[in-house]
Amino acid sequence: MSSVGESSRRKEGPEKLTGVAKYVDDYHLPNCLQGVTLRSSIARGVIKEIRFDPSYDWDSVVVATAKDIPGENYVYLIEVDQPLLVDREVHHAEEPILVLGHKDRAKAYEALSHIEVEYEPWDPVLTMEEALVGKRILYGDDNVFKRFEISKGDVEQGFKDADVIVSKEYRVPHQEQAYLENNGMAAWEEDDGTLVLMGSIQCPFYVHKAMLPLFAREPEKVRVIQATTGGGFGGKEEYPNMIAGHAALLALKAKRPVKMIYDRHEDMRATTKRHPARVRHRTGVTKDGALVAQDIDVLMDGGAYVTLSPVVLSRGILHASGPYECPNVRIVGRVIATNTPPNGAFRGFGAPQTLFAAELQMEAIASRLKMDPVSLRQTNLFRIGSITATGQTLRESVGAENVLDRVLSRSKFRQKKSQHARWNGSKTKPTWRGIGLATVFHGDGFTGSGEVFLRSRAGIELVHDGTLRIDAASTEIGQGTTSILAQIVADALDVPYDWIDVETPDTSKVPNSGPTVASRTCMVVGGLLHKAAKKLKKALVQAGANWPLTREALATSAARACGKKRSIDFVEQYRKPGDVTWDEETYRGDAYGVYSYAAMVVDLEIDKTTYEVTVRDVITAQDVGKAINPLLVEGQIIGGTAQALGYALLENTVVDDRGVMQNAQLTNYIIPTALDMPTMDVTIVEEPYSKGPFGAKGVGELPMDIPAPAVAAAIYDATGLFMAELPILPERLCQALHDSAQS
Amino acid sequence: MRGDPAGMRVLQPRTIEEALDAFARRPSAVPLAGGTDFMVAWNAGGENGRVILDLSAITSWKRVRVSGRGLRIGALTTHWQLQHEASVKKHLPLLAEACATIGGRQIQTRGTLGGNIANASPAGDTFPPLAVYDAKVRLRSASGRRTLPFIEVFEGVKKTSLGAGELIESIDVDAPRKPTRQLFRKVGTRAASAISKTVAAGLLWTRPDGAIRELRFALGSMAPTVKRLRAVEAFVAGKKPTGEVVEEAAALLEEDVSPIDDFRSTRFYRLEVSRNLLRAFLK
Ligand SMILES: Cc1cc2nc3c(=O)[nH]c(=O)nc-3n(C[C@H](O)[C@H](O)[C@H](O)COP(=O)(O)OP(=O)(O)OC[C@H]3O[C@@H](n4cnc5c(N)ncnc54)[C@H](O)[C@@H]3O)c2cc1C
Repeated sequence: MSSVGESSRRKEGPEKLTGVAKYVDDYHLPNCLQGVTLRSSIARGVIKEIRFDPSYDWDSVVVATAKDIPGENYVYLIEVDQPLLVDREVHHAEEPILVLGHKDRAKAYEALSHIEVEYEPWDPVLTMEEALVGKRILYGDDNVFKRFEISKGDVEQGFKDADVIVSKEYRVPHQEQAYLENNGMAAWEEDDGTLVLMGSIQCPFYVHKAMLPLFAREPEKVRVIQATTGGGFGGKEEYPNMIAGHAALLALKAKRPVKMIYDRHEDMRATTKRHPARVRHRTGVTKDGALVAQDIDVLMDGGAYVTLSPVVLSRGILHASGPYECPNVRIVGRVIATNTPPNGAFRGFGAPQTLFAAELQMEAIASRLKMDPVSLRQTNLFRIGSITATGQTLRESVGAENVLDRVLSRSKFRQKKSQHARWNGSKTKPTWRGIGLATVFHGDGFTGSGEVFLRSRAGIELVHDGTLRIDAASTEIGQGTTSILAQIVADALDVPYDWIDVETPDTSKVPNSGPTVASRTCMVVGGLLHKAAKKLKKALVQAGANWPLTREALATSAARACGKKRSIDFVEQYRKPGDVTWDEETYRGDAYGVYSYAAMVVDLEIDKTTYEVTVRDVITAQDVGKAINPLLVEGQIIGGTAQALGYALLENTVVDDRGVMQNAQLTNYIIPTALDMPTMDVTIVEEPYSKGPFGAKGVGELPMDIPAPAVAAAIYDATGLFMAELPILPERLCQALHDSAQS
Repeated sequence: MRGDPAGMRVLQPRTIEEALDAFARRPSAVPLAGGTDFMVAWNAGGENGRVILDLSAITSWKRVRVSGRGLRIGALTTHWQLQHEASVKKHLPLLAEACATIGGRQIQTRGTLGGNIANASPAGDTFPPLAVYDAKVRLRSASGRRTLPFIEVFEGVKKTSLGAGELIESIDVDAPRKPTRQLFRKVGTRAASAISKTVAAGLLWTRPDGAIRELRFALGSMAPTVKRLRAVEAFVAGKKPTGEVVEEAAALLEEDVSPIDDFRSTRFYRLEVSRNLLRAFLK
């Protein structure tokens, strides 16, 4: 009986398909108020006065401001710099100033229009470049939230040994997560004084922890429940702390349940996005293509508060040199404070930004050396025994060469390239055609000592009647968490997949298995459950169970194992593998326990009349260690590719003179539709990882890292235009062609 | 959702006459056809408190009538109907093509031609075809009917010349004689649910010697309202489309349009692409 490796039906699939699944706004809460948020209209300044229209009937409205916060006015995260509600100083436009509730949502919005805020506006700092000039200081003494440096070998010596030095600058923009369901949260207080939060979230225990200082409560008096969640992509990693605080504040003041459900407009304008970045590369290579020096400078725009920026930056720089071995590396990363809405977690978490630059830099180098970009990569690619920029020796599960070989043969890369060259040679053809390649890696799990600090716990409950229930805080956000965890447990117990139940992530019921982020759930939480299942199996054996096990026999041995207790819990806690070392101070050591690898070939066509890019084929191979559920893995790869093709070609956040998104609607922020998707050829490669369950690593973020540089490489192949800034809009191609014709 | 369902008042006339009477009495009411434009504004709270005049009972406006070469398209005909209607496909293929590019399938099955026109977005995709077909718009109110040339319906962004209590009853088009070449092209940068950055329709008739007898060319999203390229049309009439003539024509395109930079695109791009479309069509 084997479930791992099968495309088992999703646990929550039927409920979602039939509309039975309840999202937060689907819950009927008696006597509930609808909460809305008043946000600052200026980017920086001081609130002088808040005026409530005296002719408006405020009786049916409950208003809460910073003064109503019983505890400390901050949203707990890495630092405590971000207030739940502005008390005095505004740091970005759309910053929340107060919340109000009315039983009718439209009326609540109407009430907002009867409040007037008078500000003393200050000059804002809206770009990283401006912040670095340092004329106006927003944070510390230089507007730098965080600086990291990675250093390996001797970079200056490396450049002396180089035959050729290639320098380029790359830019990547904001990106909106664009989950199907906007942010939403409900809050109420139980009769016993427990504050309950229920909403669309990735990390129940993050919300739990954030509520404690705000409301000066003991942990037992706060309970956080995940409602069915319509996508997250990182956008529901930390932002829910904010909206939960708002909902709870109103609920406590009103003494009634409160729902806060953002509409798309507000969600896009006010909540977190992917960090924009500027990445500069200076690379030294020998004339036969060996990397000898990489000097990389990474700048990210954090927005107005620290949020998760230091860790985004950290992952960004740890991927900035690409999946290549180079003896001399220097990477400096800084994340900068500006008066713009804070940026935050988004699938890939800093890596898509730096890998775009790293991979396109390989194209630039290949072109300078007049070398085939494939051979250039093959010369430098990670293999067993390679040493990374942080000095980590890769000891196992390195699929880089394998994935590259697969896509080269499946795509007929070289053959296509010469066919396209012939096509492009003809002036009468209506399009240019191009083919491009990229290879990337992605560190699985939290960076460095992150997993050690998390000390995640997950378990399985054996109930006396034979029920087997997974207890973990890991959330199903559409990616298949519940299914793969159940598959792992089913196989470890050698019982059918259908026998495994999964508890709703609810902080009053499940242990803290950590946040559902960082491609960690399958590998880390799955690993804990795998261990727990083995112990549970041992207990069943001791209670007399024999395999193949029947349901009756399970119930009998469960009852025997439980004795007088209703159930027993088999809980495991994360322990650092002995051979993994990391030094946070020097940024040396094993940045991640293991990496996933991907290669991709993008074949595309550009219309000579409209400069529109049509991606025709995507051929990819991705090494995930072990595909617990191949269909779900393929789903992650295809979905991630779609999201990244949007990043590469379409998604353009237009910001106004207050740093706020102007095109904050799906009408004008263009994400790809199903009809825009190319045909996809997906190969799953399995280079097993000895410490992952059944050899599994991660796949959640990896597919987001790779399409953008492959697209840019294909455009370079098609037109000779080196488009170093995303998104590569038809407008930009049009302008670039025009400019290159002029020069 | 900022729309207020509780405060919504909907008038539901059962006949044309009832609808016209109701509209005459309440000229501030919002006619509701497919609702695909209306609901977007409603959701944003922009229509709260407005009285709604539901046109769904007027089934006689949901048809295309053909007499000879004349087509009378009821204002409530949907984009989906228009793509599949044999007479439209045969006589007004550019309109059928345009309707197939509107939104996605859900929008096409609800959105109507009358609603597209009354909404008067600069990016209305049916407009360039209707402009080159020299369509007429029949308006009706409690006090009678009048007919306007299609282009004259538009006064600006989201502004029409419809009077108080006036509804669009039909769009009347005479099928043109068979053109030598025709074109519809929407440039919206994704395969569905895209708002045009530029949208073009063209009809071209040539003489046996290869010279252009007549050109009609219209662009949407290039000005506050849809524009026929009058200067280009006049310039090419009677000329053979040599490389030089085509370039001169392309240079004249700007005479009739005034595209802008906005968050959807740039003036430069809109002009370049529109010129490319014109060039390719003339050659
Ligand atoms: C997701 C989405 C995608 C879209 N994509 C496109 C697109 O690609 N191209 C495009 O051109 N449009 C697009 N639209 C806009 C819209 O679908 C069209 O304009 C549609 O034709 C409107 O028709 P309707 O019947 O739905 O109008 P409604 O919303 O019912 O009405 C629109 C306006 O016209 C008025 N009105 C309606 N009928 C009459 C009448 N008979 N007489 C007088 N006034 C009337 C209404 O009062 C209202 O002001 C899109 C809309 C959405 C929501």
